[in-house]
Amino acid sequence: MQLTGAQALIKSLEQEGVEVIFGLPGGAILPVYDPIIDSSIRHVLVRHEQGAGHMAEGYALATGRPGVAMVTSGPGATNIVTPIANAHMDSTPLVVITGQVATAAIGTDAFQECDITGITMGITKHNFLIQSAQEIPRAVAAAFHLATTGRPGPVLIDVPKDVTQSMMDWWYPSSIDELDLPGYRPEVPLDADAINEAVTLINAAERPVLYVGGGALKSRAERELLAFAERTKMPVVTTLMARGAFPDSHEQHLGMPGMHGMYAAVTAIQKCDLLISLGARFDDRVTGKVSAFAPHAKVIHVDIDRAEFNKVRESQVTIQSNVTAAVSALDAAGATPQNLEVWWKEIRTWQERYPLAYDEPSDDGLLRPQRVIEEILAASAPGTIVASGVGQHQMWASQYWKFEEPGTWVNSGGAGTMGFGVPAAIGAKAGRPDKTVWCIDGDGCFQMTAQELVTARAEGIPIKVAILNNAYLGMVRQWQEMFYEERYSEVYLNADLPDYVKWAEAMGCVGLRARTMDEMKDVIRQANEINDVPVVIDFRTDSSEKVFPMVAAGASNDDIMVHPSLRGEN
Amino acid sequence: MAPEPYLGPETHTPVRHHILSVLVENKAGVLARVAGLFARRGFNIYSLAVAPAELHERFSRITIVVDAESAPLEQIVGQLYKLVNVVDISDLAPSDAVERELLLATIPTNVDSRTGLLDVIGEANAAIVDVDAHHVTVMLAGTPHGCDAFEKALESYEGVELHRTGRVALPRLGTPPESEKDPE
Repeated sequence: MQLTGAQALIKSLEQEGVEVIFGLPGGAILPVYDPIIDSSIRHVLVRHEQGAGHMAEGYALATGRPGVAMVTSGPGATNIVTPIANAHMDSTPLVVITGQVATAAIGTDAFQECDITGITMGITKHNFLIQSAQEIPRAVAAAFHLATTGRPGPVLIDVPKDVTQSMMDWWYPSSIDELDLPGYRPEVPLDADAINEAVTLINAAERPVLYVGGGALKSRAERELLAFAERTKMPVVTTLMARGAFPDSHEQHLGMPGMHGMYAAVTAIQKCDLLISLGARFDDRVTGKVSAFAPHAKVIHVDIDRAEFNKVRESQVTIQSNVTAAVSALDAAGATPQNLEVWWKEIRTWQERYPLAYDEPSDDGLLRPQRVIEEILAASAPGTIVASGVGQHQMWASQYWKFEEPGTWVNSGGAGTMGFGVPAAIGAKAGRPDKTVWCIDGDGCFQMTAQELVTARAEGIPIKVAILNNAYLGMVRQWQEMFYEERYSEVYLNADLPDYVKWAEAMGCVGLRARTMDEMKDVIRQANEINDVPVVIDFRTDSSEKVFPMVAAGASNDDIMVHPSLRGEN
Repeated sequence: MAPEPYLGPETHTPVRHHILSVLVENKAGVLARVAGLFARRGFNIYSLAVAPAELHERFSRITIVVDAESAPLEQIVGQLYKLVNVVDISDLAPSDAVERELLLATIPTNVDSRTGLLDVIGEANAAIVDVDAHHVTVMLAGTPHGCDAFEKALESYEGVELHRTGRVALPRLGTPPESEKDPE
């Protein structure tokens, strides 16, 4: 069967089971947009290519399947660089297809030419510049294989216009042996010696902590993790990237560690004698000052990526494996720590003494952002998906929401990409139309990518957006208040500019506003009754509210600052 | 006062260097991927040599001499393995390797200086590969230290043009297996 390269590209995506492409056409990718008309694949037309990338990420995080985005060359390609970098940091499986100028024009500074494979070399797991139409099926199959196996990540395929316009004899790789990846070995056999050494360390431990990272979600380890944790009675912490890997309601769950982590989670790590890292990478937002991090702990490091071993923290045992296989092996080997009663007693006193805390609403009536999140949670069905941008609202969402299952937290962790929330929520909802999807956003973040609500309305993707509008770039404001002597530099945004309700309405969404507790409950109820169009709520929150607990940048986790109302007892 | 521009270290070889022999797919952009990885991770390359690998046109071999002070070798190797086009890596401690490098130098000369120069060339075991009335071009295929010494010996001559290839290496025959060796 003879096909054009463009037809072969779309047919290859169909072969990979793609159900939705987020994209925006342009000159160099034009040929590929023609066969989309005849394809079973849904195309979501975005308003900015960054939106396409974050939607693909949101789709991937909510469904566990790779997200697909397609854009044109030049500025189309550069506009999707931020989502690619974001996906790379968070190991999110993406396949990004970019148009390219014709092969004969490459290197001539042609119109809308840019070297996108060069630009994305360091922020993709791999990328391809296709040279002939005949190569397209192999490149697509390889891209999906690379994006989804081993440590997942974004893969970019750059397709010159003449390649998509030329003819090829249709074929499709029938096995991974045909992918021409002689150097790619995503999994290695489990090292039995390493498992035995880990069991020995666990058996001797009196104060162990299971430090669960994003790798646990990537390998869908939730059942194995729950079984292992419950049998061994070990305390569990889940990083920002692992929220949902272990139920927040579980009594062994101490919550999130790190800069804005729960006091008990942070302190348990500081005091533990054995840290069992499961698909986590000792990010600086978790460790604080590395030399003071978990100073008494031996470390067992489970990771599918060997380059994570001893990168930040020296470990005593390394297990190169996906989390599911490693946890199963440790459990099957009967690893059991010492009696943990004393350890738990200590942990319980931290939990009781230093819970999450915020002040009751002030007299001027401005809402507490934490309270808004609690109210939305209380009005939400189990399994509701929460996306967020980056900043204070993100930390509060992670702290105050209760994540009970994988795929319910859609968030930008490593890269910290403001503006991630709205498009990521749209992608999540496109992948999980059966679920309610809330985007808990900040006013600063919302303004970066809000135009994608036009996409959401046009495509019938009814997400709900809660803007915690404190009129500031809140996290920066918090740092300026705490570390720059309250010298507020370029952080004020104005709660009334733009008018978020009118803006929402202009984009075909329902716009609501709440200033008081009564209005808050009322608009949340109204939002939950609307299921056909996107809803945006402008919650007016108190700008003086700060995220606690907090470990200052570069400080030891021992110097964690709790909410002022909890201080002064020791 | 403006800081002085970077003049580089005085000696060529880092205190702790290590040789990585990296088999890669012979595809466009692979060298850029390897070099880019070193740049963005802050790993220092001392020298780098690329050529088609034995057996196949499908593969190339990149011999990289890395500064093992700039990053732990485990990190460098682990990150290199993540490049999809990297097929195999063998790492060689200098003590376990036979290292050689090629040096070519064109030296201006005249009747007065020629005798002295011939002595220097002879002592280094270098060979004269080209001559005209005012220059000689010499070649030395030798150990990196031999090349360093020869380069130093040529420093007293004005207007020398000197090129070195960067080293290639193979495991020393009869090297004891990994398990029996002392760690570095």
